Amino acid sequence: MTGAQMTDTPEALIEVRDLAKTFDVSKPGLVRLLEGLPVQALKAVDGVAFSIRRGETFSLVGESGCGKSSVARMVVGLDRPTRGSVVFDGTDLAALRRRADIAPLRRRMQMIFQDPYASLNPRWRVADVVAEPLDAFGLVRSRSDRTEKVAEVLQQVGLSPDDGRKYPHEFSGGQRQRISIARALAANPDFVVCDEPTSALDVSVQAQILNLMKDLQQRFGLTYLFISHDLSVVNHVSSRIGVMYLGRLCEVATAGDLFRHPQHPYSRLLLDTIPDVAMAGRARAPVPGEVPDPIDPPPGCAFHPRCPFANERCLQERPEPARYGHSTVACHAVEEQRIPPFSRSNTGR
Amino acid sequence: MALLQVDRLRVEFPARQRTLVAVDDVSLSIDAGEVLGVVGESGAGKSVTGAAIIGLIEPPGRIAGGEIRFAGRRIDCLPDDAKRHIRGREIGSVFQDPLTSLNPLFTVGQQLVETILAHSDRTAADARRHALRLLEEVGIPAPAQRIDAYPHEFSGGMRQRVVIALAICAAPRLIIADEPTTALDVSIQSQIIALLKRLCREHGTAIMLITHDMGVIAETADRVAVMYAGRIVEVGPVRQILRSPNHPYTQGLMESIPRLGSDSAPLAQIDGAMPRLHEIPVGCAFHPRCPDASERCRETRPALRMVADSASVACLLFDDGCADD
Ligand SMILES: Nc1ncnc2c1ncn2[C@@H]1O[C@H](COP(=O)(O)OP(=O)(O)OP(=O)(O)O)[C@@H](O)[C@H]1O
Ligand SMILES: Nc1ncnc2c1ncn2[C@@H]1O[C@H](COP(=O)(O)OP(=O)(O)OP(=O)(O)O)[C@@H](O)[C@H]1O
Ligand code: SF4
Ligand SMILES: [Mg+2]
Ligand SMILES: [Mg+2]
Repeated sequence: MTGAQMTDTPEALIEVRDLAKTFDVSKPGLVRLLEGLPVQALKAVDGVAFSIRRGETFSLVGESGCGKSSVARMVVGLDRPTRGSVVFDGTDLAALRRRADIAPLRRRMQMIFQDPYASLNPRWRVADVVAEPLDAFGLVRSRSDRTEKVAEVLQQVGLSPDDGRKYPHEFSGGQRQRISIARALAANPDFVVCDEPTSALDVSVQAQILNLMKDLQQRFGLTYLFISHDLSVVNHVSSRIGVMYLGRLCEVATAGDLFRHPQHPYSRLLLDTIPDVAMAGRARAPVPGEVPDPIDPPPGCAFHPRCPFANERCLQERPEPARYGHSTVACHAVEEQRIPPFSRSNTGR
Repeated sequence: MALLQVDRLRVEFPARQRTLVAVDDVSLSIDAGEVLGVVGESGAGKSVTGAAIIGLIEPPGRIAGGEIRFAGRRIDCLPDDAKRHIRGREIGSVFQDPLTSLNPLFTVGQQLVETILAHSDRTAADARRHALRLLEEVGIPAPAQRIDAYPHEFSGGMRQRVVIALAICAAPRLIIADEPTTALDVSIQSQIIALLKRLCREHGTAIMLITHDMGVIAETADRVAVMYAGRIVEVGPVRQILRSPNHPYTQGLMESIPRLGSDSAPLAQIDGAMPRLHEIPVGCAFHPRCPDASERCRETRPALRMVADSASVACLLFDDGCADD
């Protein structure tokens, strides 16, 4: 096993290799020509690699716009990568051309979104929403099979079969998220991508949904790719975590390692800025600097303008991911062993 | 005397079949230089309470009872132009989405200067100097270069700081901040929080900070009021409420927050959901979800009572039995 490619484990269900997505964000053609503007490309994702083992929860964290959702959409095949590949259970998704080959894999990969309302068709009854994958993948033979399966998954997520007759707007935010989980479950997936599934919910409702997801994971052996910007939530649900900054992974580590010994300066910054309930009344040093412009990212290490450890090399040379213990980190200071051991400023002083 | 004193506030919205009570018998106070956090689930009545204080309840909604006093003066029943005068000059506001508070057609500098001129008798040149100082104070880098930029040319965190600059440009004595950091990244969030705290410390500004982020409350607030179904269920010093809450709802809420360093055991959860306005149960509004509910909780509505030095709770477990309403 070499360098950052810690991906060739036999139990890996998902392997993401050198994934990249570039968006053309130029002004419309005519305007661009008239005003003499250049073509502008936004590298939303640039060379991301990780693997997810069967039954584990792998999370992506990072600030808004760092590319988490873009990775998620490529992993489930909703978007085509500009470069790189996604291998699901041994099959390279990009190699599949025929619909008939793709459909069975699609069924096994489901997605839950942040806004449970926007992702549910308001004119459909809940039963039809939930049965959508059953119909799309031809998973049921008869009307009564369908009704039975819908009732079963509604119960699995803590709703009642009678709720199937109602419309999404008749439910609260937490209940709507249960409906989208039920829809994902109806396809009997192996792998579920959860893009900020609780970000729109109150903490008390969030606890219900996180507990439900964990329970379903244990019952059905699900594998999750979980996306959130809430580090306490990520810490609670994850086996392993990838920290993203401007389209790249800067650290991949187990949840325990990341929270106890974060290595990358950006991981440390993130950990230091979590508002923590335990720190009532204590002051927290604000972080200087802005999230940079993804269209015109800083050269070298994209994090260098905000990094307390940046040196000459960081301004010019982009750090590549490398293994340190069980973690993968892309940072010159870590490689050069210039980084002091981490102490969370919240917990000490 | 408290800077802001709200007594038994009631806000109603007439609906087709019945009148919905969004804020029901809410009393709170804020001193100069103090941050009062207001927390609670979506729909608990936090924003409506804030809107009532700044006089922004849109008809047919109305303040149907209670009093709001600011610096000793009643402000809930003033005529519209007097309300508008207080708003902006004495009480500033910051809302969740900075774009709704900024006009996209004018530069940040134009908007600041206009607001400063409206609330003071400075000259235009002096107002612009003041605008620059404010931008610097809220942490906009290179303000002299940014002052003539339009809102869309700023990042989300910078826009929110511009909104705060607008809110403080008339040096208000109270700021109502409704979810000021909810749309922002944690690193930017920490900058905004530090800024709000500095305003309190250096200018004695009082802040009502509405949010459902307990972490933000923990770091920023001096006292915290917990709302549920339009009512305040518990209020007190932030440490006390977060570490040893008394109300069963606050207890459930605190336990349901994932903590760093905790194991991955299931989170404690409060089953069920907060009732909608048209189906608020009689008695204690929390009783259908409360693990400690007794027969009395179904009938008797608990009043907010002092339990410790400066903490109050509305729960029959802490009631001596002589509640009369
Ligand atoms: N269809 C698109 N066209 C152009 N740019 C896009 C498109 N989708 C995403 N982007 C850009 O790609 C970058 C990454 O976006 P993405 O949605 O993946 O971020 P994210 O990490 O999920 O952020 P958030 O936490 O805000 O959801 C952003 O700069 C975004 O503006
Ligand atoms: N103009 C209105 N007409 C009718 N009902 C309203 C109106 N404004 C608010 N409400 C209702 O009043 C209740 C309290 O709303 P409020 O906006 O204060 O909640 P909140 O605690 O701020 O919630 P959130 O965390 O979602 O912002 C809600 O049930 C809401 O539907
Ligand atoms: S590579 Fe350099 S700039 Fe980037 S995080 Fe490491 S030390 Fe900081
Ligand atoms: Mg996203
Ligand atoms: Mg609100």
